[in-house]
Amino acid sequence: MIIKCPYCGPRDVIEFTYQGDATRTRPEPGSADQEAWNRYVFDRTNPSGAHREFWLHGGGCRQHLLVTRDMTTHAISSVAFARDAVKSATGERK
Amino acid sequence: MTSTRLSKGGRIDRSKSVRFTFDGKAYSGHPGDTLASALLANGITLFGRSFKYHRPRGVFAAGTDEPNALVTVFSGDVREPNVRATELEIYDGLVTRSQNRFPSLEHDFMAVNQLAGPLFSAGFYYKTFMGPAIGPLRGTRFWMFCEKFIRRAAGLGRAGTAPDPERYERMNAYCDVLVVGSGPAGLIAAEAAASTGARVIIAEERPIAGGSLLASGETIDGRSPAVWAREKAAALASLPNVRFLTRTSVWGYYDGNVLTAVEHVSDFKPNRTKGQPRQRHWVIRTGKTVLATGAFERPIVFPGNDCPGVMLADAVRRFAVEYGVATGNNVTLFTNNDSAYDAARTLSLAGVNIVAIIDVRADVSGTCRDIANVAGAELLLGHAVTGTHAGKTLSSITVQHFNAETGRVSGAPREIKTDCLGVSGGWSPAIHLASQAGGKPEWDEDLQAFLPPEPNQNWVMTGSASGYMDTISVVSDAATKGSAKSRLVLPPVEAPMLDASPAPVFQIEPSAKSQKAFVDFQHDVTADDIRLAYREGFHSVEHLKRYTTLGMATDQGKTSNVPGLAIMADARGISIPQAGTTRFRPPFTPVSLGALAGERYGDLRPHRLTPMHDWHLANSAKTYEAGLWHRPMIYGSHGETVEQAYVREARAVRQSVGIVDVSTLGKIDIQGPDAAELLDRVYTNMFSTLPVGKARYGLMLREDGIAFDDGTTWRLGETQFLMTTTTANAGTVMQHLEYYLDCIWPDLRVHLTSVTDVWAGTAVSGPKSRALLEACVTGTKVDNDTLPFMGIVHGKIDNIPVMICRLSFSGELAYEVYCGAGFGTKVWEALLAAGQPFDVMPYGLEALGTLRIEKGHVTGAEIDGRTSAHDLHLDWMLSKKKPFIGSAMLEREGLTDENRLSLVGLISLDNQSITGGSHIVTDANPREPADSFGHVTAACYSPALGKYIALALVKHGTSMIGNRAFATDLLRGKHCPVEIVSHHMFDPEGSRMHG
Ligand SMILES: [Zn+2]
Repeated sequence: MIIKCPYCGPRDVIEFTYQGDATRTRPEPGSADQEAWNRYVFDRTNPSGAHREFWLHGGGCRQHLLVTRDMTTHAISSVAFARDAVKSATGERK
Repeated sequence: MTSTRLSKGGRIDRSKSVRFTFDGKAYSGHPGDTLASALLANGITLFGRSFKYHRPRGVFAAGTDEPNALVTVFSGDVREPNVRATELEIYDGLVTRSQNRFPSLEHDFMAVNQLAGPLFSAGFYYKTFMGPAIGPLRGTRFWMFCEKFIRRAAGLGRAGTAPDPERYERMNAYCDVLVVGSGPAGLIAAEAAASTGARVIIAEERPIAGGSLLASGETIDGRSPAVWAREKAAALASLPNVRFLTRTSVWGYYDGNVLTAVEHVSDFKPNRTKGQPRQRHWVIRTGKTVLATGAFERPIVFPGNDCPGVMLADAVRRFAVEYGVATGNNVTLFTNNDSAYDAARTLSLAGVNIVAIIDVRADVSGTCRDIANVAGAELLLGHAVTGTHAGKTLSSITVQHFNAETGRVSGAPREIKTDCLGVSGGWSPAIHLASQAGGKPEWDEDLQAFLPPEPNQNWVMTGSASGYMDTISVVSDAATKGSAKSRLVLPPVEAPMLDASPAPVFQIEPSAKSQKAFVDFQHDVTADDIRLAYREGFHSVEHLKRYTTLGMATDQGKTSNVPGLAIMADARGISIPQAGTTRFRPPFTPVSLGALAGERYGDLRPHRLTPMHDWHLANSAKTYEAGLWHRPMIYGSHGETVEQAYVREARAVRQSVGIVDVSTLGKIDIQGPDAAELLDRVYTNMFSTLPVGKARYGLMLREDGIAFDDGTTWRLGETQFLMTTTTANAGTVMQHLEYYLDCIWPDLRVHLTSVTDVWAGTAVSGPKSRALLEACVTGTKVDNDTLPFMGIVHGKIDNIPVMICRLSFSGELAYEVYCGAGFGTKVWEALLAAGQPFDVMPYGLEALGTLRIEKGHVTGAEIDGRTSAHDLHLDWMLSKKKPFIGSAMLEREGLTDENRLSLVGLISLDNQSITGGSHIVTDANPREPADSFGHVTAACYSPALGKYIALALVKHGTSMIGNRAFATDLLRGKHCPVEIVSHHMFDPEGSRMHG
């Protein structure tokens, strides 16, 4: 599997670390909504098809990437810096 | 079967001879021979014994599809089993042995298994070894009892036990086009791709290029095909954008167009060049893949088909044309298709005598008739082979009338004298790599074969691998598949006009009295086994495969796959595509573990050394590896045990002063306006209130509330912190912080830099540590007012800038002295010099551990990914004033369970050591340990207490204090009475540290 890092270019998966499901939303730090916390910490989806996930380019620029990957074919349809993607998503919510 | 060397022909170098041994006997061959061709040239036709029945087996194929002729190759103490004799190039001094025979190939005791044939039918292992329902051998215990006898009787070659002294390499390669195979299709496709300027890699598993051309009787561009291939390959290899790899078997096709290959670099050479690896493992990332992998000839299954002398027709041809070996004096051919006639024509030109061609079809073309006529072979149309006669090898065959429409045998049997029968049941494209890539193969009625699937990655198949069975169409297909843009002028090909479609005949069904008809030679699976599996309800091909073990041997069913499917489809009364096929999985050919491990073991594993490492070694440190780090365990004196050494070192720290290298601690420089805010979120306690110039001990949790890591963090400025982590978690903590900054809190303005290797660190501990520092530190005072507990000062030691923090892991008055890594040894030596009046002693990890166990301080052994802050009595660090990572989960059910294990101390009551990992039980009888209610995490002899002590995680820990129990270690046979005490075993008030 090759991930096209927006900073480093196409690199082998061996340089990256999987950092989990990117579709979850972390509750606000002080939130007392225990159900929301339980969902965030323990629930994961395993869709057949496209899935958004974080990958850390530890063997390269050390940035987290937001990768959209097909769970059945491993085909990657988009890669972006996680920071930018999360920032703009949070901006939209607000 | 009487095999001999022909007087001419073959690409062997007859001017030179090569000496080798097989089963202890010396033989000679020529450069260019394989072990199979050289032994056949010497008249050897018996190569091994079969897996279950120990039947005599000879060479069946001529290449990677060989199921029978497996040998073990010896070099020194190292043995490599299951090497195919048809691929093994001979060299001077090669030592080989046959396999699966006892005591010798000629006289094999286990051949009695043949008499017990019915016992060994499909599912034999499953049925026989279920065992009785009760008794000492009930259920699978019976199998476990029998297994060691079975393993000796059955099986392939034995693996060696000596370490492999060979070197293996690993290589990463990138290209625009990877061409797998260098037959006519591969060569033309590579030429087409290369002509457009693309970076091309060609991988050929054999020593030379050419594939099917090497044994072809056709003419290309006015030359013999082998010569044409050699010239074309040389021209390609000389191009700057082409890399031509021979002896390189592509064995795996993975996602993202990543393919893996093994190159045999030197294991075929008698004298290896120094430094050359035995094999090189390639990981090739390619833009596009051209699979020009050719096709495998498959046999027709008929009674008595497994005796030495029955071979694939193409193998007979290859031994004659490529190696100048006649595999028989009177060769017969048995076929359902035209390719056997091409073989007959070529064999006859090579000087091999063809007696008869037996064809299941009622009629054949004029071209075929002409070929039979010119070759002087009797043509028996509408006939089939229904039996063989053989002692050790084939002497004659029985043929009868056969109706290809009904599959019925009729008429009187006729015997034909022959010592070699070449069989052709049609061709199966080598779709293995495409199948690995995930495509479902499609059945082609015309070719009676599975053709490559629709590509699901950027690959194309060409040549006979894609169903083109004649050289003219192969060449034109390959040019287009290589590159649509190329304008290659295709070479003219002269070849007989033959039809590629076989008659759909896969087996000659045996009558009641017939011999066994084998489908999978390597695993001894017969046609009857498949029919039995059907009757017992194993219908799906995946079940069939596992129940009969069809196709599961080292050859992965290259020859047996399609015949096996055809027999199952026939039994079920459905078509072959309805029966389906199993998916091929890597590896395509066996791969040695050494090649996979490559250089990722031994000398080339990275080592992390602290700046003071050389000093440690020069001063009799015994080191051990902690992750990649090498750390001093003890500084041993002559005649001292490890325990004596660490006790001496720990005692010196408590009595006077000691120094220890703590450079391996993880260190992260955290800077930015929001640095304090980040720390408040990741640590359970508050850091924003920490004054500049002070340090604080911090604890981190995971999101699920479990303890993650601890360490001190120093505030060096309003917006700058130096975080320290445990040695083991340095990388994980960095990753953890990066994750939250990138993915959860991207608005925080914080920058992280790993500075672990930037600083050398020395801890100075003991009642005399302040006096030691006073004797060497300049530019700052270190008294209690200037440098209070958790204070930080900047000064110099031996004129080298240092940063000193007063903190303690040992429970003594202690400091950590940090300096630039390059000055580590200089500062270390200056500290030792300053400490001389106090008899300063360097100490290792064992003493460091002893000091912390006495104090009940936790490390990774207790923060083990299962314990909470509460379990470790660190609740006092959980801030109530702010949320932090894990705070939302602290009250969850699992973490508040009163049965959780918590930290306690243990004191040995019998003055014996307690071993790490021991379980805590109440029963005094070591033979019947009761339920464990905890375990020992760390243990030592405590010089401060004069006792063997330990830390343990124990159920209801705190309320158990004062009770007695036993620390039991069944592996080491220890059962030690202990008293459960508080984990603060030494100086619980902490008066020494604050002194
Ligand atoms: Zn990158």
